[in-house]
Amino acid sequence: MAHKIIPIGPYHPLQEEPEFFKLHVDGETVVDIDIEIGYNHRLIEKIAESKSFDQVTFLVERICGICSTSHPFAYVNAIDDLLGIQVPERALYIRTIIGELERIHSHLLWLGLAGHFLGYNTVWMWAWRYREPVLDIFERVTGNRQSYAMMKPGGARRDMLEEDFPWIKKTLKELIPKFDMFKGAVMDDPVIHARTEGVGVLTKEDIRQYSAVGPTARASGVAIDVRKDDPYAAYDKVEWKVITHEGGDVYSKAVVRILELYESIDIILQCLDKMPKGPIDSGIKDIPPGEGIGRHEAPRGEVIHYVMSDGGNSPARHKIRAPSFMNIASNKKAVIGETISDATIILAAVDPCYCCTERMAVVDYKTGKKIMDGQDLVRLSQEKTEKIKSKLGRR
Amino acid sequence: MRQEAIIQNIKVRSDKDLSEVIHKSKNRVYCTINKNILPQIARYLFNEEKARFSIASGVDTRKAVEILYHFSIDEIGLIVTLRVILDKSNLEVESLTPLMKCAEWIEMEIHEMLGVNFKGHPNLKHLLLKDDWPKGNYPLRRDSN
Amino acid sequence: MSLRLKALTKSIWVYHMSTGSCNNCDIEILDMLTPRFDVERFGIMLVGSIRHADAILVTGSLNLKTIPRIKAIYEQAPKPCVVIAIGACSCGQGMFKNGPNCPDPVDSVLPVDVYIPGCPPKPEAMIAGVVKLIGKLKGKK
Repeated sequence: MAHKIIPIGPYHPLQEEPEFFKLHVDGETVVDIDIEIGYNHRLIEKIAESKSFDQVTFLVERICGICSTSHPFAYVNAIDDLLGIQVPERALYIRTIIGELERIHSHLLWLGLAGHFLGYNTVWMWAWRYREPVLDIFERVTGNRQSYAMMKPGGARRDMLEEDFPWIKKTLKELIPKFDMFKGAVMDDPVIHARTEGVGVLTKEDIRQYSAVGPTARASGVAIDVRKDDPYAAYDKVEWKVITHEGGDVYSKAVVRILELYESIDIILQCLDKMPKGPIDSGIKDIPPGEGIGRHEAPRGEVIHYVMSDGGNSPARHKIRAPSFMNIASNKKAVIGETISDATIILAAVDPCYCCTERMAVVDYKTGKKIMDGQDLVRLSQEKTEKIKSKLGRR
Repeated sequence: MRQEAIIQNIKVRSDKDLSEVIHKSKNRVYCTINKNILPQIARYLFNEEKARFSIASGVDTRKAVEILYHFSIDEIGLIVTLRVILDKSNLEVESLTPLMKCAEWIEMEIHEMLGVNFKGHPNLKHLLLKDDWPKGNYPLRRDSN
Repeated sequence: MSLRLKALTKSIWVYHMSTGSCNNCDIEILDMLTPRFDVERFGIMLVGSIRHADAILVTGSLNLKTIPRIKAIYEQAPKPCVVIAIGACSCGQGMFKNGPNCPDPVDSVLPVDVYIPGCPPKPEAMIAGVVKLIGKLKGKK
């Protein structure tokens, strides 16, 4: 076989599910991809069966640090569905605010890393700098920069203080001009257009076959969003719209994420205005036998938790499905037929895997000799950007 | 209403093989079906109703192993769950991977976690656990240590 | 103290290894490099290859699939090489202590020099940990 194999991974630090990609390449073109996962598997579903229902909220928070409120959010939705209770309204608003703040910080994080791969390190530094005010809000509201522990079955764990609201609003409004800058940087730059348009296209049928969710699906024109389709928390009490884009390529995915930043800020500002006073916890005692399904639209797509209780203290079965489980498989389709220098950004575009590139290495299939390592691949990608820049006369 | 129409269609198509329909809450419906008509009902939901396959959950209930296929119909926010009960002496069910690619990984996961055999799966190997994980030790079984 | 170890205290190049973590520690490590904390001022740089590294940052609780890989990576590291365990999971396995897939603590596999606890530790705590490491390498009490 004349194909060469590029192993990517398994080490890359930024990802909830480290994967090991094997790119089969023929010259410059990717002809096949093998995906192997499980390097981060901790059997959380098994551990959950030995923890009490309240402790599981903290356990599922440690599934993923970037979307560390999405899993508890889906889990408390599942418990609320199991019990069929009405959660106090103030708690619903608190949950919504935390969920949307997380979307902002997660999208900014992705934007920065996507910039890095395209050779725009300034975008990386900017995006991560403007992510810091969001983390400041988290620290003020929840006490921690990551892992907020704000979710509780039947309510919220802590209250938000009214006296913080003006400061939160001011901080968020100050972010909007920064987002305008990013929007300009992505939408008006011919170099970014040349690097990302028509690259890694997923059609509507691909999305259906692979059940891709979240921004990956919405960038292909499939308007699915759990917040709209199956409203929970306070999402049906505020005005917002689902962002879609038709292209299906990397560019569309970036545009969808940037436009969602504005929607998230809008949702938070409305929630802060509308939040009623009152209790935040419904004080659940026992969980009766039964089953419940909870969903939440995480920054990367739909999270779904299935909880089965046998009337005991801990879940009899707790099934967790993260959005990347579906989205990563869609890479099989997106990356085939593209060039190696585009593979980095395509694999990063579903927002699963960026740092793996640090550990990429090209191995000659016949001799097993290493001919190119991770930095070379990022360099390859960055050189392509430089070439396009000079072609367009933007040096 | 579309929800009633879907449930009615499932009832018609499965006839005697449908043992129970539970309306847990407004948007959650659980249907217990025999395993021989699973591919047929899944094809109906996926191809005709254009449902999205969300995930499948494997549960060991001591007496049997249950597999729950969660289908999401996004236009009305409904989750239809098909429950298939497998006898512990014969843990085998038709694979849905030939019908929809998104079922490939989760079937691999249920295979390694609970030891269910999916007939017709193209690539039934380890997904999450290490390659030399002891054979016959299924972590999510009740009797696993 | 050997000359090599002394040279190491000047500008530490770090290699980052996630061994089954939840990303929290990992994004806080990257956060250290970005404008607010900016540890590159002090010559601390994240490198892509273990062969360039002076220190390994380990995050997460080891799982069975990663143990052989991290052993291989540590063997490839140029010695002397210091190991920094970041986060509750790598310091003491955290909440995965009883998990069937995470049986070994990090310090049973690698010789850990500094522990930085927290879930996740704040970037300030990580910088303080590195400062203490430099103090230790210089032989300060």
